[in-house]
Amino acid sequence: MIDPSEMPSGKLAAGKSILVLDNVSVSFDGFKALNALSFVVMSGEMRAVIGPNGAGKTTMMDVITGKTRPDQGRVVFRDRHDLTRLDEPRIANIGIGRKFQKPTVFEALSVLDNLWMALKADRRIRAMFTFTLSSANRARIDEVLEVTGLTALRNDLAGSLSHGQKQWLEIGMLLVQDPDLLLVDEPVAGMTDAETEATATLLRTISKSHSVVVVEHDMEFVRALDVPVTVLHEGSVLAEGSLDAVQKNDAVIEVYLGR
Amino acid sequence: MIFLRTFLIGLLLVLAVGMTAPVSSSASELEGRVKALDAKSFADKGKAIEALEVLADPAALPVLRAMLDGLLFREKDSKRIVIGVKAGRAFEISDPLTGGDLGVVKKRALKKISVNNRLRGRLRLAIGALALTSGDAGARASAAQALIKDADPTILPALDRALAREQEAEVAAVMAVARAAIQAKGGEKNARLAAISALEGVLDREVMVVLGTLSQVANEPDAEIRARATETLAATEASGRLYGMLETLFFGLSLGSVLLLAAIGLAITFGVMGVINMAHGEMIMLGAYTTYVIQQAFPGLIEYSLAIAVPAAFLVSGAVGVALERSVIRFLYGRPLETLLATFGISLVLQQAVRSIFSPLNRSVTTPDWMSGALEVNAALSLTYNRLTIIVFTFVLLLMIVALLRYTSFGLRMRAVTQNRTMASAMGIRTNWVDALTFGFGSGIAGIAGVALSQLTNVGPNLGQQYIVDSFMVVVFGGVGNLWGTTLGAMTLGIANKVMEPWSGAVLGKILILVFIILFIQKRPSGMFALKGRAAEN
Amino acid sequence: MSATNISLRLLGNDTGARVFLAAIIVLTVMVPILNVAVPPGSPFHVPTYAVSLFGKYLCFALLALSVDLIWGFCGILSLGHGAFFAIGGYAMGMYLMREIGPRGVYGHPELPDFMVFLNWTELPWFWFGFDMFWFAVAMVVVAPGLLALVFGWLAFRSRVSGVYFSIISQAMTYALMLAFFRNDMGFGGNNGLTDFKDILGFNLQANATRITLFVFSGVALIAAFALCRFIVASKMGRVLIAIRDAEARARFVGYRTDMYKLFVFTVSAVLAGIAGALYVPQVGIINPSEFSPLKSIEIVVWVALGGRGTLYGAVLGAISVNALKSYFTALAPEVWLFLLGGLFVLVTVALPRGLVGLRGQLAWRRADRGAPEPKPAEREPAT
Repeated sequence: MIDPSEMPSGKLAAGKSILVLDNVSVSFDGFKALNALSFVVMSGEMRAVIGPNGAGKTTMMDVITGKTRPDQGRVVFRDRHDLTRLDEPRIANIGIGRKFQKPTVFEALSVLDNLWMALKADRRIRAMFTFTLSSANRARIDEVLEVTGLTALRNDLAGSLSHGQKQWLEIGMLLVQDPDLLLVDEPVAGMTDAETEATATLLRTISKSHSVVVVEHDMEFVRALDVPVTVLHEGSVLAEGSLDAVQKNDAVIEVYLGR
Repeated sequence: MIFLRTFLIGLLLVLAVGMTAPVSSSASELEGRVKALDAKSFADKGKAIEALEVLADPAALPVLRAMLDGLLFREKDSKRIVIGVKAGRAFEISDPLTGGDLGVVKKRALKKISVNNRLRGRLRLAIGALALTSGDAGARASAAQALIKDADPTILPALDRALAREQEAEVAAVMAVARAAIQAKGGEKNARLAAISALEGVLDREVMVVLGTLSQVANEPDAEIRARATETLAATEASGRLYGMLETLFFGLSLGSVLLLAAIGLAITFGVMGVINMAHGEMIMLGAYTTYVIQQAFPGLIEYSLAIAVPAAFLVSGAVGVALERSVIRFLYGRPLETLLATFGISLVLQQAVRSIFSPLNRSVTTPDWMSGALEVNAALSLTYNRLTIIVFTFVLLLMIVALLRYTSFGLRMRAVTQNRTMASAMGIRTNWVDALTFGFGSGIAGIAGVALSQLTNVGPNLGQQYIVDSFMVVVFGGVGNLWGTTLGAMTLGIANKVMEPWSGAVLGKILILVFIILFIQKRPSGMFALKGRAAEN
Repeated sequence: MSATNISLRLLGNDTGARVFLAAIIVLTVMVPILNVAVPPGSPFHVPTYAVSLFGKYLCFALLALSVDLIWGFCGILSLGHGAFFAIGGYAMGMYLMREIGPRGVYGHPELPDFMVFLNWTELPWFWFGFDMFWFAVAMVVVAPGLLALVFGWLAFRSRVSGVYFSIISQAMTYALMLAFFRNDMGFGGNNGLTDFKDILGFNLQANATRITLFVFSGVALIAAFALCRFIVASKMGRVLIAIRDAEARARFVGYRTDMYKLFVFTVSAVLAGIAGALYVPQVGIINPSEFSPLKSIEIVVWVALGGRGTLYGAVLGAISVNALKSYFTALAPEVWLFLLGGLFVLVTVALPRGLVGLRGQLAWRRADRGAPEPKPAEREPAT
């Protein structure tokens, strides 16, 4: 578990955990993607998750968001919701948002429509016909457009955006969705240095009022985030602590560099 | 010395007469005994009948039958015994032993050889006994079969004699059953019980009727006999049900093998290439028509027609498949719904083309002799040779396909292109050709299915449409991308179809199966043997 | 976005939709006038049989609309939509059969001719109520809707989509076809329901009735178009498009995609049923071949040819293909199937965006095989 003395910006918020994975195992046709994984995120915390390919990072996200059912183990959100029993829409609606590794936005809709759709609002069918954009929400969308630098492209089809712009749009969608827990999978893949830095700043701002889990390979980015790090390997937690502590850990070195 | 010579000559004469006498006496013996039928009293007539029976010459049968039917007469002036058939006001008469025509006489010229009821019974017995001695095995068997229902214990001696003489195993079996059936009806109790037990498992309707009768209080006073009969009947019925189930299973396997043949090609093009080919049914249809054309072209070679048709159909349907792939399908890869629509259009074109070239009506395809007929295991289980052949053929073909996919370089390339097209191409595999050949291969298999189908059903332009929905159901049910899944799916659906047929009818059975599959898809959306894991999601 | 500006919402900047509506309104008004007011000798006269023919086309257009709603906007390719059309048709047919009363060939006051022929003595339970028009109309809506609800619930809840869904929808209509062909089902067997006399007391052969039915078809088409526009222009339209293109993502954003699909599927089925109900009195017969998979797939070709995802493209496709069909089946029937098959191939290989997208397509430079063109999106700005 995390040693408070090693945490650079201790943020044990209300002392409650927002997400608990307890002894979670998943196998696909004999291959163990997650192996008795135990992982806790405290409320208001931002955590970085790193690990070599195949370590189980994306599978872990799949389990949390309901895409994959674990063979065993508990996954609990806010001490209240058993995520292994809920499906993706329900999990999204109780407050967990996900940004994917490969930017998946709705290409045939405009940037504005994408944000409009992701907006935190009633998702039921009947609400679709009575939907109106309140001024508060309109302002919020404008703000997000501003933050993600897409204001000028608001009416363009999302499919015509560049790769980096799509990443930002997806982050923007996550912002307007306003979930309590954000799961961000490789947010800076394919971004320039400037964009990477901007993303780090954005995430740090977000984490002030939300809980965030970031999966990344880019170590400079992780360093810039300045948060506790969890290292995954072969489906379970290998080490946890600050980036420096983790980078000095023998087991971690062996796994990354080999002997 | 003179005495000795006289004695020897006398002995020679006696011997000479004695040796020739039996040869001529058998023919004249028969005539003599026939003549004896024209006796004064019924009792004497009875004795004459018995004499004819003992003689055991089947030539007497027409005489006795005629006597039974009231068609035996004595011609008054010639005193000959003749068979007379009424023709207008006169009678056509014929020789009772040879059947030769003797002309026409007036009724007044004939005196009927009359019979009473008792004699009729005697006659029937004699006829039954004599029929058992017929030269033709089939006639003997039918005679024995007829005895099961009607005969009483007095025929037993004749039956025993016939049984002792019988060389053919099948006829002997029927005689033995008849003997047991007759024995069961009357006689000494232990013998009857033994006879009843001997009838167990004999799936003959008449035998079962006999047992049924013996089970009832109204017919049989002895409780033990009744009990034994009831028991035996129950055992036989259970055996009958078992064989009935086996027959249903056989039909199910037969249908399943046809479905498998129809679906393998589809499993390959759909499972391996991701192409929905709605014209697949027409590939089957083309194979069936190929068979028809070959039979029309070589009418003298019907026995070999299927052996020629199988490779021919493979080539014809395969060629059409390759043409289809090169001209239409290759523009639509990655767009399964568009492929579905385009191939549906092609199916319309192919159907209409066949209608225009041949005719909208069904064409008949003959079954070669070596495939006709059936293996009759017993009365409840009959395995027709055409279905048997198709079942065996299907499995041989399946094994050949699996071997081809696994052990040949073509199969290897096919699998490589399926799993990772870009890598395969980067390694120098000509993916275009592999696609075309794979599609052609799948279509060719469908053509072979058409050859098999031509032996089971009518060949018409709509043949494909009847099987396309079924083929898809098999692939969907069995899981995409897996030949064993397709096999299991086809067999399951074939058997399920046949099991339901007796109580639901063929059409309703089909509907129920479709509904079942729709519900099944709920539980396992990717079929029985779907590929799991991330690779399969693409 | 203001909820009050309904007409703007419905038509927006979509010139295609405006042109379409104008055309249909003109047609609905002009055809009756040309039939009644213009004397038969004149070349502008529209004969009565043509009125029913056009009415038939309008019904098919409505049917095509229902398919475009789910296919063009939500990506659900139903190859069994003919079933809903046929069920609506049968519901109306049953009412019309009961209206015949004692005027049938066998003269039985209650039982239709085919039941008398089968030696039945009383009406089966499911025929009760069909002597009342309002009941029949209710059934036209309820029966296809119920089937769609059940079938859709089973399919969408188990995430059956794409090609698998198409195949089982085809199986559904095939099964229904087999069932309705059976004489003992009580729906007229392979002859279907026919020999209708009148509707609500009005003689079906009379000019006035035919014109009225035609006008109703036109009105129904316009109303359906308005409804579909309302759906796709609302937020739901965005959600449907999102589901079409990236269903998993839409679920991760929190939308119950299976419920949305079920909703549009059911609406679509009801529209198809209404089309069937208007069709039957105009052609005078309904038989089980309407359930055949071929009929259902033809609808898809109408939509594909016209251009899916535009609504008016579907109408264009339906009317043009059926006009072609009427022409060719009169002239050279054997040729028609060749033509239809060829049309399937042409549309899928050469016209991915249909006729309405032709201009845009010619301007678009084709990328390498595998790179798709952008799908037609809702062109209305979301303000």
